[in-house]
Amino acid sequence: FRLSSLIGHISTCPSLIGQCCQRHPGSVDEFQEELVIRPLHSGDIYASFQFRTLWDTDFLQEGQKVSHYRLFPKSLGQVLSKFSVRELHISFTQGFWRTMQWGQPFIPSPPGAELWVWFHDTVSDVDGNWKELTNVLSGIFCASLNFIDLTNTVQPSASFKPLGLGNATDHRFLRYATLPREIVCTENLTPWKKLLPCGSKAGLAVLLKSEKLFHSSFHSQAVHIRPVCQDEQCTSKAWELRQTLNVVFDLYTAGQGKKEWSLFKMFSRTLTEACPLATSSKVYVDITDNPELFELSPATPLLSQAVVLGDRRTYSVYDLSRAETFGQLRSLNLLLRWKGDGEMLRPLLHAERYVAGFGLQTGEIHTVIYNNHPYRAFPVLLMDSVPWYLQLYIHTLTVTSKSRDNKPSYIHYQPAKDRHRPHLLEMLIQLPPHSMTEVTVQFERALLKWTEYTPDPNHGFYVGSSVVSALVPSMVAMNTNFTQDQPLFSSFVPVKEESSYFVRVYTEPLLVNLPTPDFSMPYNVICLTCTVVAVGYGSFYNLLTRTFQVDEPSLPLAKRLANLIRRIRGVPLLT
Amino acid sequence: MAAPLTLLLIVAVTIRAVLFRSSLAELISARVEVVSPLNAWKRVVEGLALLDLGVSPYSGDVFHETPLMIYLFHFTVDYAEIVFIVSAYFVDCLSCFLKPLDRAKMFRKQKYALESDRYSADCLELLRSPKEMFYIPLKVAMFYLLNPFTILSCVAKSTCGLNNAIIALFIFCTLKGSALLSGILLALATYQSIYPLTLFAPALLFFLQRLYIPVNLRRSSFWFFTLQYAFMYVGSLVVITGLSFFLLGSWDFIPSVYGFIFSVPDLTPNIGLFWYFFAEMFEHFRLFFSCVFQINVFFYTIPLSIKLKEHPVFLIFMQIAIISIFKSYPTVGDVALYMAFLPAWSHLYRFLRNIFLVSCVLLACSALFPVLWHLWIYAGSANSNFYYAITLLFNFGQILLVADYFYAYLRREHHLTHGLYLKKKDGTEATLVLK
Repeated sequence: FRLSSLIGHISTCPSLIGQCCQRHPGSVDEFQEELVIRPLHSGDIYASFQFRTLWDTDFLQEGQKVSHYRLFPKSLGQVLSKFSVRELHISFTQGFWRTMQWGQPFIPSPPGAELWVWFHDTVSDVDGNWKELTNVLSGIFCASLNFIDLTNTVQPSASFKPLGLGNATDHRFLRYATLPREIVCTENLTPWKKLLPCGSKAGLAVLLKSEKLFHSSFHSQAVHIRPVCQDEQCTSKAWELRQTLNVVFDLYTAGQGKKEWSLFKMFSRTLTEACPLATSSKVYVDITDNPELFELSPATPLLSQAVVLGDRRTYSVYDLSRAETFGQLRSLNLLLRWKGDGEMLRPLLHAERYVAGFGLQTGEIHTVIYNNHPYRAFPVLLMDSVPWYLQLYIHTLTVTSKSRDNKPSYIHYQPAKDRHRPHLLEMLIQLPPHSMTEVTVQFERALLKWTEYTPDPNHGFYVGSSVVSALVPSMVAMNTNFTQDQPLFSSFVPVKEESSYFVRVYTEPLLVNLPTPDFSMPYNVICLTCTVVAVGYGSFYNLLTRTFQVDEPSLPLAKRLANLIRRIRGVPLLT
Repeated sequence: MAAPLTLLLIVAVTIRAVLFRSSLAELISARVEVVSPLNAWKRVVEGLALLDLGVSPYSGDVFHETPLMIYLFHFTVDYAEIVFIVSAYFVDCLSCFLKPLDRAKMFRKQKYALESDRYSADCLELLRSPKEMFYIPLKVAMFYLLNPFTILSCVAKSTCGLNNAIIALFIFCTLKGSALLSGILLALATYQSIYPLTLFAPALLFFLQRLYIPVNLRRSSFWFFTLQYAFMYVGSLVVITGLSFFLLGSWDFIPSVYGFIFSVPDLTPNIGLFWYFFAEMFEHFRLFFSCVFQINVFFYTIPLSIKLKEHPVFLIFMQIAIISIFKSYPTVGDVALYMAFLPAWSHLYRFLRNIFLVSCVLLACSALFPVLWHLWIYAGSANSNFYYAITLLFNFGQILLVADYFYAYLRREHHLTHGLYLKKKDGTEATLVLK
């Protein structure tokens, strides 16, 4: 049954992450860095940095307090032990990954900030730990993660299984939250760079200069911490910290329209040395489409082949630990010059999302998932987390493929509680080959209390990206054997079977307008409403406490005074 | 009487059937004036869909119906339209059967009162003759079935129609004199939405009057009957609530239904006064104003019961009207219920002071509600204040209407005892004022 294989796959098999690659004997931790440059067919260029620290220790062991940190950053280590975190994945992204133009990324991430954490089984108050964890991470990364609270946190049951060691399936210990409105800037990059062993002083991290990095179409920096096996038999655990940075430079804004890229043009720096603390420091350039498409200089004799994302690609490798890589100028500046145009391999899985409808009362969320495989059908897990103020009506959920009804085989729906938790909808949908599947659900927009609106209420409210997770059938046999040295970019997601690879696609976040009350009116409203209620009260009070009497006209004041004097005098009164 | 009534029923069914089949049905089901978060049909369907998915309908905040409603609609969801049309007819069974009994009795009562000099001699024209009262059932049926508010509520399949039917059956049983059935139906009405609790007092007063037990707190017969009736009412309420617990196996429905009615968390606009008030309120005073608004519905019961202890039928009308105006999620279906009673007091017409103003206000507001909603939500050229203003005006008109009828009723009673043509001390024509 495909569901169990899909979900089961994502939980790691111990034999996979047994990276017994070269490690200095006697040392407890090691550091590897790598940069992959992939030229894209539209003329843009995609650079993906990965920095991995592997540390043979156990944060979660009782009685053993870790205090000597070398390569592993102390701030993160303390966070892991204090909150009993088993896996932590946090990403900050500026821009949206255009799958149809750029293909699949090595590490997918949604726009804004995303944080998902697996806590250890021993935690008793997961919500309390989650709240404190988000605040601490907010401080470490200088981001406003403190906006993550119970109203935008969900517990997905199937979409986010552990990527590291662990066979836990109790999703009570999983928390997932996303902040689509979060902006990423230099302030977030600086603390991220500080976590690296070499900082930004040596190795690949010298290329990470913010004035060039943020002048791009897509920028995503992430931190992934997970426990891995140290060897094939998995006798002891090690902690793996991966810091990844994906950036796509645009042809026209950063490239000035010329289809010619170099390290200097992209990063305004060249590489001069490897990080001395790294056991391996490599630059991979994707030359699968070489030499017809572009020309790479300086040439390198080292070549490597890897099967990643269902495709066999060839890479030119520049090993920075070797002195001859830097040439005579002692600096490495890769130059890629385009020669022609080519056809991009169409990504097999692609998703889009938009809001339909008009007016501020109702609307419809449409999620469109494309299966571009010519003859294979495969299932996908769609996860939607919608804020509580958009009330979803699950009886209006329709899934159509090729204009016919396609009933999902598994639906997990947790309705929202106003002001407490958001909607969570997870579905397993079978996508027919070469088709478009549309998932629609209607919602109603709520009127909120005037204090619950953001300072710019007419900007709208963000709905986080949908997550589409799938095991896509691969055209090329994937490598399940991890005994030899694998480049970091191909070992991020564990591969369990040869015939398929795991892909996670994030859709666009939505921007939805809500009806607003008039913010200048609280006092007026209270007065007017209380007036109407008082009119009711007053009428009833009058009718209940007074009786009908014949109206005898009373004497005018002058005559009454005169009567008073007359009474004193004893004289007959006036009428 | 039978022929015009049958004709009326056929016309009413035809109108509803035509509207059910037209494209207007969907449009009307979405209108906020006609449906509220408590009684929207869309939410009933959503609750049933959640139940099918294996999730409790009360786990989210979308379903606020009682478990017995789930039970009812589980079996009749495909025949929902018929259910609602039938429930509309229950309401006018009230009128069909109550008035013929009442007519003769009332005429006799008036004759005795006149002869025993309790009524003054010159108020003959104020007395109600059987001939005049002959057409009241037909008029009440017409006022309810052909009222545009009722038709809209029925076509939208709002469960307000079912609540109205239960209240109408309760009134019918009360007027027929069956205390047990009346207690059970009142418990059912209270279980549906809490506000009919205030109808306990007028029902009690009616039974006391009917059994000739004087309303005297020192009399043991009074307490005996009160306790009997209260026991029947509370007992049925406990039984119904227990049944609901066993239906879904949890007490989740209590915060979802009754907690929702009292704490008003959902601020969807409707024709009532609550939504904008709570949307614009300072957080600090939320609890205070919730309590004030809820007490406002309940606290008119005792004073009105004291004033109208000899006129329980009018007291029922007043209570229903107060509930419809001040409840937390009113809809036009609630307004239609008390408006159906108005022909029963057509003899008060000569004493009504503001009827022209009130009818103009209510008509104008009914016409302006959809216009200003469209301008706010769809066109974007108005804002929420426009809709809120019309809400205020509509409620003001309703309050004026009810107060006017109350005034007219009290004035007629005064004239019956003191004479119609009153003179001042010097013999000139007098004016009556409230002092």
